[in-house]
Amino acid sequence: MHDTNSTIKKKIPCFGFILHLHPRKVNPSVLRFHLTFGLGGMAALLVAVQAVTGLLLKFHYVPTPQGAYNSILNLQETLLFGKMLRSIHHWGAILLIWVVFLHLLRVVFTGAYRKPRHSNWHIGLLLFILVVFSNFTGYLLPWDQLSYWAITISTNLIGFIPFGGSWLKEVLLGGTEVGRATLTKFYNLHTGIIPFSMLILMAYHFWHVRKAGGVVVAEEFKYLDNIDTNPHLVAREFVVALVLLAVLFFLGSVFDAPLRDRANPAMSPDPAKAPWYFMGLQELLIHFHPFIVVVFFPLVLLFAALGLPYFIKKDKLYGIWFISSNGKKAAVYAMFFGILITLFFILADEFLPGPEIVAPNLPTWITSGVLPLTVSLIAVYSFLRYLKKKYLLNRAGIVQTFIVFLVAAYSILTITGIFFRGKGMSLVWPW
Amino acid sequence: MKTINIQSDKKDNSLKRRDFLKKAWKVLGLVLMAELALFVFDIIRPSRKEEIISGNGELKDLGHVNDFSLGSVTPDRANKLFVVRQGDGGFMVLSLSCTHLGCAVLWNGEKQQFICPCHKSVFDMMGNVLSSPAPRALDYFPVHIEAGRLRADLSQKVQRKKYSINQVTYAV
Repeated sequence: MHDTNSTIKKKIPCFGFILHLHPRKVNPSVLRFHLTFGLGGMAALLVAVQAVTGLLLKFHYVPTPQGAYNSILNLQETLLFGKMLRSIHHWGAILLIWVVFLHLLRVVFTGAYRKPRHSNWHIGLLLFILVVFSNFTGYLLPWDQLSYWAITISTNLIGFIPFGGSWLKEVLLGGTEVGRATLTKFYNLHTGIIPFSMLILMAYHFWHVRKAGGVVVAEEFKYLDNIDTNPHLVAREFVVALVLLAVLFFLGSVFDAPLRDRANPAMSPDPAKAPWYFMGLQELLIHFHPFIVVVFFPLVLLFAALGLPYFIKKDKLYGIWFISSNGKKAAVYAMFFGILITLFFILADEFLPGPEIVAPNLPTWITSGVLPLTVSLIAVYSFLRYLKKKYLLNRAGIVQTFIVFLVAAYSILTITGIFFRGKGMSLVWPW
Repeated sequence: MKTINIQSDKKDNSLKRRDFLKKAWKVLGLVLMAELALFVFDIIRPSRKEEIISGNGELKDLGHVNDFSLGSVTPDRANKLFVVRQGDGGFMVLSLSCTHLGCAVLWNGEKQQFICPCHKSVFDMMGNVLSSPAPRALDYFPVHIEAGRLRADLSQKVQRKKYSINQVTYAV
């Protein structure tokens, strides 16, 4: 084993460093691709790709409302592989959101957030928020119609936070509307503060993984003898990395990053949509009061996620997808329920007479706030109770089933928002 | 009086001095943190200076009163507003930002409605909400009519729940 180690070391630069991030030996059970799908490693590689492509883009980008759009055109039209460079950065950003989200789900559904990994779960959540925020700030930089209005509607959401929401919005925008100050701010966040914070948190994240003895190992595999990380784990990671880079370069060279007309603050495109990962929220906004969408749901979710390791007792149900076969069945059930009930709510809101017509005197915080929220909460609660009885779920099982439901519901909302909302945000067939 | 103590018990007093210095360092540290926080806060908060420089504080001339026919809605996209002239000759200058999420609303002459392209909010000619999710009527700018010229104060965007007659300005 020592021989292979030294030969590979000579051939691959930084190999010692990569090895240093790993434990020397790992349990063979963690090598199974379907335990982790290599998502954490993929996220790290994508961050590196985004850093390199981003730094190259920085050579040509002009962060002012007058210059930004032209500098992108210039980059795309006069630079060798300029368009491809931007497209790779674009697709890398989209893949990164997907990969970190799936990584988060993997950690949840294999129970890896539990103690002693709870600190790393928190760091991971923070990193996830930073990835989304990084994507969001980058969205404005091309200064075209797509980016200008997406940022306008997303930041106006913040204005609905009671007590200081409009102040917070002004801090973020550097004024009352998206303008030069906003671009300067977003550019600095996107190319400086966020990547720097991510770098530090990532180091911390990796260190915690090592401290916990690597990836989560199921109780049933603990008896196995550990095997050498190099070459068993490293070789697998190398394959995943190559495939991921191939996919990314393929996407970047075949599908161009979008660029619409230059931003026009006086004319919203119809329909005007938020960045795609916020489309689920924008879809919810059609049905719910902004306070619920912007404050209630995010805060409840955030605190639930932070408290997750303390809410679930320490048990031995980790390292296995969905805990048990009953857990799997309940998860499948919850997925279908999430899809169907969300579709039902969207269609009911579209075709049934709205509360404004049935009871025109009620204020909006009841008709589009308390009322739909209560109905949906009761529906979800009774469904979870039913599943709990049917599959004899414990607390971890119920939480997991609920998360499956949330993911399914948000996916349907996102798909509806992206593909089935046309002019004036009314429901349409995309083909 | 401290000097007396030093003579009487040297060791005890040096400890006191050390405690004092430790506390002083802590206080200085807190002061430093507060200064840093203020400094950072001042950097990230929205600057008011820009608005003053851009000259938004003046009255904007939007044209002669007679340029706007009775019962008409005229978009002024450069200034991001609509000039609404009611059937009785009264003027209102409405912001074109939807009160929901700030998209630019469009005037539909056929239906006589403002429609937001983002979330389907609908407003009537006075800016009243006809269909949610918009939470309140379109914002308006105060209007001044002098010597037949229509002027609006674009620095003051007035928020309102509903239309009322005192928001309308008449040419005398």
